[in-house]
Amino acid sequence: MMRRSLIFDVSIDTVFRMSLVFSIFMFFAGHNAPGGGFIGGLVAGAALVLRYLAGGSDGSQQVGARFAHVMLGTGLMIAVATGFGGWVWGTEFLENTGVGAELPLLGTVKATTSLLFDAGVYLVVVGLVMEALGSLGHEVER
Amino acid sequence: MNALVVLPVALPLGAAGLSYALNRYPRFQRVLGVATLTTVLGLAIALLVNVQANGVLVKAIGNWTGPIGITLAADLFSVIILVVSMVVLLAVLVYAIGSPRTSSEARFFYPTYLILTAGIALSLLTADLFNLFVAFEIMLSASYVLITLGGSRDQIRHGTTYVIINLLASMLFITAIGITYAAAGTVNMADLAVKLGDISPAIRDALGALFLLVFGIKAAIFPLFFWLPDSYPTAPAPVTAIFAGLLTKVGVYAIIRTQTLLFPSDGPSTLILVLAGLTMVVGVLGAIAQNDIKRILSFHIISQIGYMIMGLGLFTIAALAGAIFYIVHHILVKTALFLVGGLVEHTMGTSRLRRLGGMVHRAPFIAALFLIPALSLAGIPPLSGFLAKLTLVQAGLEINQFLIVGVSLAVSLLTLFSMIKVWSGVFWGTPDPAAPPGEDVGTGRLVFPRLMVLPTAALVLLTLVFVVAAEPLYRISEHAAITLLDPTLYIEAVLGR
Repeated sequence: MMRRSLIFDVSIDTVFRMSLVFSIFMFFAGHNAPGGGFIGGLVAGAALVLRYLAGGSDGSQQVGARFAHVMLGTGLMIAVATGFGGWVWGTEFLENTGVGAELPLLGTVKATTSLLFDAGVYLVVVGLVMEALGSLGHEVER
Repeated sequence: MNALVVLPVALPLGAAGLSYALNRYPRFQRVLGVATLTTVLGLAIALLVNVQANGVLVKAIGNWTGPIGITLAADLFSVIILVVSMVVLLAVLVYAIGSPRTSSEARFFYPTYLILTAGIALSLLTADLFNLFVAFEIMLSASYVLITLGGSRDQIRHGTTYVIINLLASMLFITAIGITYAAAGTVNMADLAVKLGDISPAIRDALGALFLLVFGIKAAIFPLFFWLPDSYPTAPAPVTAIFAGLLTKVGVYAIIRTQTLLFPSDGPSTLILVLAGLTMVVGVLGAIAQNDIKRILSFHIISQIGYMIMGLGLFTIAALAGAIFYIVHHILVKTALFLVGGLVEHTMGTSRLRRLGGMVHRAPFIAALFLIPALSLAGIPPLSGFLAKLTLVQAGLEINQFLIVGVSLAVSLLTLFSMIKVWSGVFWGTPDPAAPPGEDVGTGRLVFPRLMVLPTAALVLLTLVFVVAAEPLYRISEHAAITLLDPTLYIEAVLGR
């Protein structure tokens, strides 16, 4: 068993949550600014690595590492399905379509198919990080 | 109809996602894999018919047309290779399902295999240099997983060589793309074909050489082949078969595509012919020195690549048609040979010649399955290898390139010699009692799983069909070669003019 650090253990909870919120922010910011599904996924992945460092693979198991493969696979399927969605809506493969609306407080909000694609990418990245922690992490601890 | 161009890439990717999500259910993964590859094979054949009737098919991803967006384009050359690739991928998948060594690794094998399929399809269909890089990366990342699947010490050691050499090649590749973009301001291949004409010939030649180097590493041509014989034989038999049959040929495809479209020469290229000759000779000499079926066959891949490059070096319609013809023949024959090697290893527990012998009496059918593609590889008439070599030799004689023709004929003879060596080692004679025992364990019983024999036999049968259908096949190859040498149709289609 690893030696645990008190400061790390106490702060990890706050840092973990903040990182996840930040990753969601990055995910949405990505439409026109730096960010997006890949970057957002990496930030979330980094948060998961922190969690792993604090609690070992037991710690990351708590956040659902057992379903990493489902997450990764579903993400890939969502991304591909967005491509085919273009045909359903009568546009081209992977062509971006979407709706915009004026909402109170938030201003102009757009929902686009590229966001859906990015959601797929996000899931793939997070799933991959969790899978790597699961399989490589177990080896390290042994 | 243009949607057909996207599907061979998108379908395997989506199926890989599903296969990975449900990786606790190997039975489902098997059905999904076979169903997907069968569908993609059907689509590839539909694409072939379509391209033959209507010319180059182009699809702009996300409706961003070239040269800005990413375009996929299917011309006859890419579609021919696509069809053969899918045939081989399907056959090897069935073989893998029957093979006990992969079934234990099923969880990761099936999704990764589908990703590999998507990568190969994208490499063949893309009309964008950067997208070609992405396609190669998809294909290679999948291959890194496949080559180390099982994780034995030997696999990891040789896998490391494989990964490092390919990462190096990828780095060179992306550098070359960067320089190209700096020089010509575009990475769309059709656009480049036009714009590279305007930049200084010195830069153009340098770029041509750089791309030849990059794809030369992937295709294992002289002197960049050293990684291949070490890394291929350690993987499980179906994986080795697909790597040997297909992956290096995707490299050859990229060489032929870039050299004809972006850096066309006026006549026979001495540099490429010298490389072709040396690749043939060194590969076959390496094969003669080996004492293990898989290693012998691995060295033969290298020597065979030389023939394809020779077709490119001669740079006439007949020669390029010969090269395409040769690639088709080679993919089928080479994969079949490796599958037979896998069958031998599966029952006898080893692929080293000294510890094998007498299989012709104990398993005559397997012996026949080996003999046909082996003789074909050596170029014995009337088998497919003879026809493929004949087209290349004729093309060489037409333009008086006697030296390379002589070399190619001599190499054929040496190929025959080393095939006979395998034949007498494995199928004739008796195992050498003095041979040092290995740590390998085989079943020892001569029971061949039906699912392993069936696809092997199907591929051998296809090489025979190749002979019967040689005339129409050659016509299609010739047609493809004409489009390669006169790329205006391709350029106009991709740029949407």
